Amino acid sequence: MPEQTHPGADPSGLLPALHRLQEEHGYIPDHAIAQLAKIHNLSQADIIGVIGFYHDFRRTPPGRSQLLICRAESCQAMGADALAGHASQRLGIAFGETTRDGAYTLEAAYCLGNCACSPAMMVNGKLLGRVSAERLDTLLDEIDQS
Amino acid sequence: MTARLYIPGDAAAVSVGADLTAEAVAAEARRLGQEVAIVRNGSRGLFWLEPMIEVAANGTRIAYGPVAPEDVPDLFAAGWLTGGTHPLCLGPTDSIPQLARQTRLVFARLGLDDPVSLEAYRSNGGLTGLHKALAMAPEAIIDTIDSAGLRGRGGAGFPTGIKWRTVLNAGSDRKYVVCNADEGDSGTFSDRMLMEGDPYSLIEGMLICGLAVGADTGYIYLRSEYPDAWKILQAAIAGATREGLLGDNVLGSGRRFDLHLFKGAGAYVCGEETALLESIEGKRGLVRAKPPLPALQGLFGQPTVVNNVITLASVPWILAHGGAAYAAYGCGRSRGTLPFQLAGNLKRPGLVEAPFGVSLRELLHDYGGGSASGRPIRAVQVGGPLGAYLPESRFDLPLDYEAFAAVGATVGHGGIVAFDDTVDMAGMARYAMAFCAQESCGKCTPCRIGSVRGVELLDAMLARRPQRSNDDTLLRDLCQTMLEGSLCAMGGMTPYPVLSALDNYPEDFGLAPRPVEKTA
Ligand SMILES: Cc1cc2nc3c(=O)[nH]c(=O)nc-3n(C[C@H](O)[C@H](O)[C@H](O)COP(=O)(O)O)c2cc1C
Ligand code: SF4
Repeated sequence: MPEQTHPGADPSGLLPALHRLQEEHGYIPDHAIAQLAKIHNLSQADIIGVIGFYHDFRRTPPGRSQLLICRAESCQAMGADALAGHASQRLGIAFGETTRDGAYTLEAAYCLGNCACSPAMMVNGKLLGRVSAERLDTLLDEIDQS
Repeated sequence: MTARLYIPGDAAAVSVGADLTAEAVAAEARRLGQEVAIVRNGSRGLFWLEPMIEVAANGTRIAYGPVAPEDVPDLFAAGWLTGGTHPLCLGPTDSIPQLARQTRLVFARLGLDDPVSLEAYRSNGGLTGLHKALAMAPEAIIDTIDSAGLRGRGGAGFPTGIKWRTVLNAGSDRKYVVCNADEGDSGTFSDRMLMEGDPYSLIEGMLICGLAVGADTGYIYLRSEYPDAWKILQAAIAGATREGLLGDNVLGSGRRFDLHLFKGAGAYVCGEETALLESIEGKRGLVRAKPPLPALQGLFGQPTVVNNVITLASVPWILAHGGAAYAAYGCGRSRGTLPFQLAGNLKRPGLVEAPFGVSLRELLHDYGGGSASGRPIRAVQVGGPLGAYLPESRFDLPLDYEAFAAVGATVGHGGIVAFDDTVDMAGMARYAMAFCAQESCGKCTPCRIGSVRGVELLDAMLARRPQRSNDDTLLRDLCQTMLEGSLCAMGGMTPYPVLSALDNYPEDFGLAPRPVEKTA
């Protein structure tokens, strides 16, 4: 597997490094920022700026399960708003929030590339299509019980 | 005899249960003591039929779908392994009307076989283009692309040959080929399908581009929302490296080409080519001012080709069959085919590769089967979140870059999203502004501030229908400022969906309906 970074172009390794950290911890911990700054020869403000720019990166731990509901046009045309409302109501949180017990984080996506099977969502990285409120409930019941 | 079954491993097929169905097939075969070989192929793109299983019976592939796990015992009982009849039987795959009518050039191999098998790729016509290119001078390769009339499929429709020639003639011993696989446009999934279902065609296209422009390093910038494409590309790159397609000595030619896979991080604007380059360089995805063109000073300041996945994946076909064969399809200055993506409220959503010139009505009705809800289709957004909304009176417009531009619309990456008559178009206009506010890179004022003001204005308008103020005039003014003053198409095209909604559906904004004659 070719490595992801460009040799000789130092800062280019930053995004791959952030992805690795987030995969490992679920978020980018503060202590890693100083380290990254040193490795990539950047200021901590630079690193924080990059983290803040990209929607994927977060600086606080997410819930144990992450729900990503697509809210883009195709899914809207197939009832995504109702699905989003249902999820929000059932979990008692708004988009961008984590439940108090740390079980779920609910987030919006703007296209998951599954527009021919709208409405779509991702649960812990797994893509789902043609999601109804009932299918979502069954899924959440399963997660609740596990 | 071992029966061969094809069950798509495509992420969309899996999202509606293809893995569960595959497990059920394996389990039932075991129970019956029947030997089966299950191939996880790409998707044919007939998504309303997914999970669609094909059975190879007497040299013909017979399709069944959509197959749920509970259908499986019944299908075995009906003798599907030899093409037995069953209510889910769709007949020979090649005769399914919505597939048979298509012109599959770039997507010809989609769904045929295991996507990471280089052997299968070769036996289905793969690498013919590369072999030809290896024997050609760079100029000759670019002439072929010119004669095909290939234009960029990422949205802007810029002639690919001109871009390549600029990079070829740029003096530098370090050049790059960057594949834009950010596919951020909502309503689009052709890049994803191609990367998951025929990854070697993208790799081959990038290799040919490298030969043409004199670049020995490539990057694929893949959006993070596509984990399955990531895995398949990783496997394909490893396979291509093992087989000497990538690396120091491409197919024994003495030429080198290294290919890197780079993961995006969920920023729509990083699909804009200069923001994408910033992102690979490890920075915030701020759009760069042009000039300099990326073709002259792109990645790490070096001459760089940035092309969309479909642009690059069209190249092997063009080299294999010649530019004229490709240019024989299409209309006007839009040559060849485009893989259209039918999405939203349609009965038969999916991928339709067709020559330019096909009408929206054909796509929506003949292929798409009309709305899924059974209600009239009221609005169609073509070309992603920055594309215009078109009413029924526009459905006979040929899909052609110039014809669309002439009415203030865009073909873009070929995404087509249908809405039925329950849609609130003022709400969709607000959404377009909100999306821009969310995704703006922040570099220029009309986009960064304009989009926020746009949301506020639309919120006020939505709360006050019918309108009694001149907020619509204000909204038009704001859109004009964004159109004219934005650095890139993010701010510059957000007015397309907003103004087309306002023009075509004024009643949704609480304004007097427009007179009957057509406006853009
Ligand atoms: C906001 C914005 C987002 C874009 N997103 C994409 C994208 O996801 N994929 C893509 O290929 N091009 C995208 N583009 C177009 C690219 O800037 C560029 O034109 C394209 O990659 C060039 O390749 P092509 O000539 O093969 O189309 C986007 C442009 C803008 C302004
Ligand atoms: S138009 Fe928007 S996205 Fe484009 S450069 Fe300006 S602020 Fe950035």
